[in-house]
Amino acid sequence: MTKHEIEITVNGRKRRLTVKPNDLLLNVIREDLVLTGTKYGCGIGECAACTVLMEGKPVLACMILAVAAHGKNITTIEGLADGDKLAPVQQAFIDHGAIQCGFCTPGMVLTSHALLNENPDPSEEEIRDYLRGNYCRCTGYTAIVKAVQSCAKKNQ
Amino acid sequence: MHVNTRIMPVEFEYLEPKTKAEALEMLAKYDNVKVLAGGTDLIVKLKTGADIKVDYMMNVKEIEELNYIKLEDNLVKIGAVTPLSTIENNEIINKYLPILSEAIKAMAAIAVRNMGTIGGNLCNSSPAGDTIPPLTVYDAKLILAGKQGTKEVSVEEFITGPGKNVLAQDEMLVEVVVPAPKENTGAAFIKKTRVKADISKINTAVLMERVEDKCVNCRIAMGSVAAKVVRILPAEEAVRGQKVDLNLCQKAAQIVSDEIKPIDDNRSTAEYRKEIARVIVEDAMKIAWQRSGGEKIND
Repeated sequence: MTKHEIEITVNGRKRRLTVKPNDLLLNVIREDLVLTGTKYGCGIGECAACTVLMEGKPVLACMILAVAAHGKNITTIEGLADGDKLAPVQQAFIDHGAIQCGFCTPGMVLTSHALLNENPDPSEEEIRDYLRGNYCRCTGYTAIVKAVQSCAKKNQ
Repeated sequence: MHVNTRIMPVEFEYLEPKTKAEALEMLAKYDNVKVLAGGTDLIVKLKTGADIKVDYMMNVKEIEELNYIKLEDNLVKIGAVTPLSTIENNEIINKYLPILSEAIKAMAAIAVRNMGTIGGNLCNSSPAGDTIPPLTVYDAKLILAGKQGTKEVSVEEFITGPGKNVLAQDEMLVEVVVPAPKENTGAAFIKKTRVKADISKINTAVLMERVEDKCVNCRIAMGSVAAKVVRILPAEEAVRGQKVDLNLCQKAAQIVSDEIKPIDDNRSTAEYRKEIARVIVEDAMKIAWQRSGGEKIND
């Protein structure tokens, strides 16, 4: 397999990497860049634990070839806070106890963040719909939905 | 066999054409090229050990000229690599092909719809593919391109069986062309799943064209009941030219239920599918009729 030089912008920082055609973006993020907030869950696009934002939109890093991410802007959970200041949705997850084991949390937070960018005033139904692919096996979702709801413009 | 989905076990060379012409040249030049769009089906299949021969992976998602939605001469044209999430939120689609948007919104998760493309859903050619029944009843044509030129096929001609279609090794799907439905036409899409993000146990799309209280044209497509999405012609025939009322909807729905020959599989049983087909077709007809401007049909 011919290796490829790629350049991706991860959390605002340009990274140059050499990857094989069958390297997955998830493994490059976790192993080469040591950003282990992005989780390996099912590996087949069912659970969304590996969600990252690509050009601001949620995508699943376990199904993306790293070589195909060349030139893209990627945000992982490590890049959401502004220095020590958490993004509003991150703080809301803490305030509402929307975390138990924490495995789904990075994907859940990133997907919620994208929803709020797209739709600053989502209803409960819209939140549940947007997050329907992000599986959480602990919380029962109620606290997660409440956390996202608290970030809606009308509740600020 | 143990499957490790942490890695991509298959080895291949990577190609990334930037134009349609470049992609067609690569298809003609190399053997065993697999076209990669969103990867939400292909990557999973390769990870889980599907028997797919791939020496070259050709990523078509960077071909900007195949990413568009436009209305031209009363035809809605969608580029093959247009992401599903772009289509579901597009004004032209919502106005002219609302059930395509509804069907996409009912698919998978937002992340999957951001990755997946309409061309990918069609070329994956699943009997359960949710864009296929809407495109079938809207009478969509698919434009297939090869180095020799292009050809046009209907969705029904395109898909030949589970995961199978008429694409030759050196061809690719480049555009979906859908005639804008006439005035007084209504359509509906219904799918049944265990939880919302699931693959369909069964799905249906119904389109009805109305003149006063009669349906002059009816198309009914069913997914997950055969080796490919099928139209139920005897049911369509029973509706055509008739005054639409509850009786007619129930009669047509019964014909659908009698005609289909579903199987038992992971997601559902033949028995359930035959039963529920009757219910969802009746419901879809009622919705389609009301959307065509027809009077609401009460039970």
